[in-house]
Amino acid sequence: MSVLSNLFAELIAILTAILGAVPFIVGYVLLILSCLVVWKFIRKLMTPKKDYGSLKTVTFGDESAVSSNFAASVVSIVLIFILWGTFTGTKLLPSFLHMPGAYEGQFDFTYTAEAADGTVDDATVTVLVHGVGEQPVVPTIEPGDGFAKNDVIVIQAYRSKLLPWDANDAIMRKDGAKIIAINGQAIADGQDMNIAQTRLALTNKGTLNIEPNQGVQMEPIWLPSPEDVWASLVDISTDGFKNFTLAEHLGFSLFRVVIGFLLGAVVGIPLGYAMGLSDWFRGWFDPIVEFMRPVPPLALIPLVIIWAGIGEQGKIILLFLAALWIMAIAARSGVSGVKISKVHAAYSLGASKWQIMRYVIIPNSLPEIFTGARVAMGVCWGTVVAAELVAAEKGAGMMIMVASKFQQTQIVILGIILIGIIGFGIDMLMRWAERVLVPWKGRG
Amino acid sequence: MSGLSIDKLSMRFDLPNGASVQALKDVSLDLKAGELLSVLGPSGCGKTTLLNIVAGFLAPTSGEIRLNGSLVTGPSAERGMVFQQGALFEWMSVRENVGFGPKMKGQNPKIARETVDHLLDVVGLHDFKEKAVYELSGGMQQRVALARCLANDPDVILMDEPLGALDALTREKMQSLVLKLWKETGKTIILITHSVEEALLLGERLLVMAPRPGRIHKEYRLPFAEMGVGQDLREVKKHPEFAKNREEILAMIWDMEEEIMGRTEVAS
Repeated sequence: MSVLSNLFAELIAILTAILGAVPFIVGYVLLILSCLVVWKFIRKLMTPKKDYGSLKTVTFGDESAVSSNFAASVVSIVLIFILWGTFTGTKLLPSFLHMPGAYEGQFDFTYTAEAADGTVDDATVTVLVHGVGEQPVVPTIEPGDGFAKNDVIVIQAYRSKLLPWDANDAIMRKDGAKIIAINGQAIADGQDMNIAQTRLALTNKGTLNIEPNQGVQMEPIWLPSPEDVWASLVDISTDGFKNFTLAEHLGFSLFRVVIGFLLGAVVGIPLGYAMGLSDWFRGWFDPIVEFMRPVPPLALIPLVIIWAGIGEQGKIILLFLAALWIMAIAARSGVSGVKISKVHAAYSLGASKWQIMRYVIIPNSLPEIFTGARVAMGVCWGTVVAAELVAAEKGAGMMIMVASKFQQTQIVILGIILIGIIGFGIDMLMRWAERVLVPWKGRG
Repeated sequence: MSGLSIDKLSMRFDLPNGASVQALKDVSLDLKAGELLSVLGPSGCGKTTLLNIVAGFLAPTSGEIRLNGSLVTGPSAERGMVFQQGALFEWMSVRENVGFGPKMKGQNPKIARETVDHLLDVVGLHDFKEKAVYELSGGMQQRVALARCLANDPDVILMDEPLGALDALTREKMQSLVLKLWKETGKTIILITHSVEEALLLGERLLVMAPRPGRIHKEYRLPFAEMGVGQDLREVKKHPEFAKNREEILAMIWDMEEEIMGRTEVAS
């Protein structure tokens, strides 16, 4: 029962979180729709002539009427960068596009302290709120007259601090002193007030908590600005990261993928052919392949580390296994998919078994093998990053994992972007190779 | 002993549920070299099975086939086959498809190339030699299939509804081409078709088969193939004998279909 109630509590927590996100999702959808309205208006102005598509009276449900709108793609991507910029206060965008940021600056306020005997005295507190990563110069102040002395406090933006206002005073809290007013306005323990975008709160014990406004921008440790990410790209591509340059990190990841994939293909394709051409081999390997295929390669990482360690060997074994089953199944279905009329035609044209293999079965299976190769490359790329996250000396995954441990969020984001670009590039390359090498795909 | 002789051919398929189907029973037939035979019959009468046995893709349960005196035991280049569709190799160009047979035999590439070029001219694909086969229309693809079969210079050409997937106009042009090639090359041809008109037009001899068990029902000897060579086939169709034969055969097949339907109804 406790498991069920735990699950139920989890579910409630998730639903609450989703509910919290609903306004943002609705806002984003409204943004998309308003861009659509603007786009339609612009298009109407620019193209008074109607094309064939505009003659269609039925477009909803007509799949051929839906092709990816290039303008929408451009706006969508630009918008992502703008949103990123506005929420991080980037210098690349004019400041009126920025979301209100965290308060930074210096201000004074005066508190009135009352001693146990009823005497009161004023003291000034100078508050300096500095930006993240800045080295503040602590303002110098005069201590002032009376039993309450002036204070100075330095706070980093997005943080709050407790002010031990009585620490330097002649009469301290333990002697019965307490704050009764701030800037002449009466305040009691447990109450708060706002001065210069800053919340001043007296705790129940009488200390003063100073909490500058955090704004709605993201703190760099959560989301660094685009220029920070760019700067880290420049930085680690010249100076490197953890003893290896960026090119080495990415190059090693790619190298592992290519070698692992090639080994998987070299073993998997003949295995698939054997399974497609011989019932003995089909029977022998079917249980193995059908069992290993649904095992996610990531689940093999611990075993591979135990067996082969965290070096290159282990990574390549893992990627070999990730590619092997996919390539074997692709080759098998490529062989099984040959139309019997093609084989019959080749026989009645005088081809021998070997010639049928060479001129009919292998070329006929190539489109399937290419599809498998595309899938396998994608899986290998995902697996290598995951394996490097777990343990590696170099590689894209290791880079973002170590950066996250050192709270270098800009390198984490940079790594994610580069991993995405490389994954996309691999897929594009495979599609291009497919178009060039097996142009007959799907035309049988 | 030249020609194709089919002797008491029977074929029984055993079904997984223990029953069996008699696809062919005691089919005997003699074809002289250069004869053009068309085979007609309702679906399930075993015409494709017969063709597959002649091609050597299936072994009969009893009976035998001899080509020029020697027993047929498997597929071979002397019995070429033209399929309905989709039997071309789309990873090869038109020229490579037609040159496939000579290449398998290891013929001199230069001689093979001349043969291929000549055949592509004959079937009217002079300007399409370097195209990929999937760029061609259905009719052109069947022209390639015909040329590919002829390039091997087989003794017998087996055609399994080669024109079945074509539109009416293309089909008529192809029928003329088949007659022309038959006359020019003097090949023995067995042609399976669903179309009574096609069977009449292209069959020097016409075999009507009956189902359950598959057997020869009636044989005709027809003048229309000879008449049609180099002629407008529509003129041949206007011949009174043609109309008479067509109605007779149609009625015959219609009756067979009715009988099958009736039997199925009783059975169920």
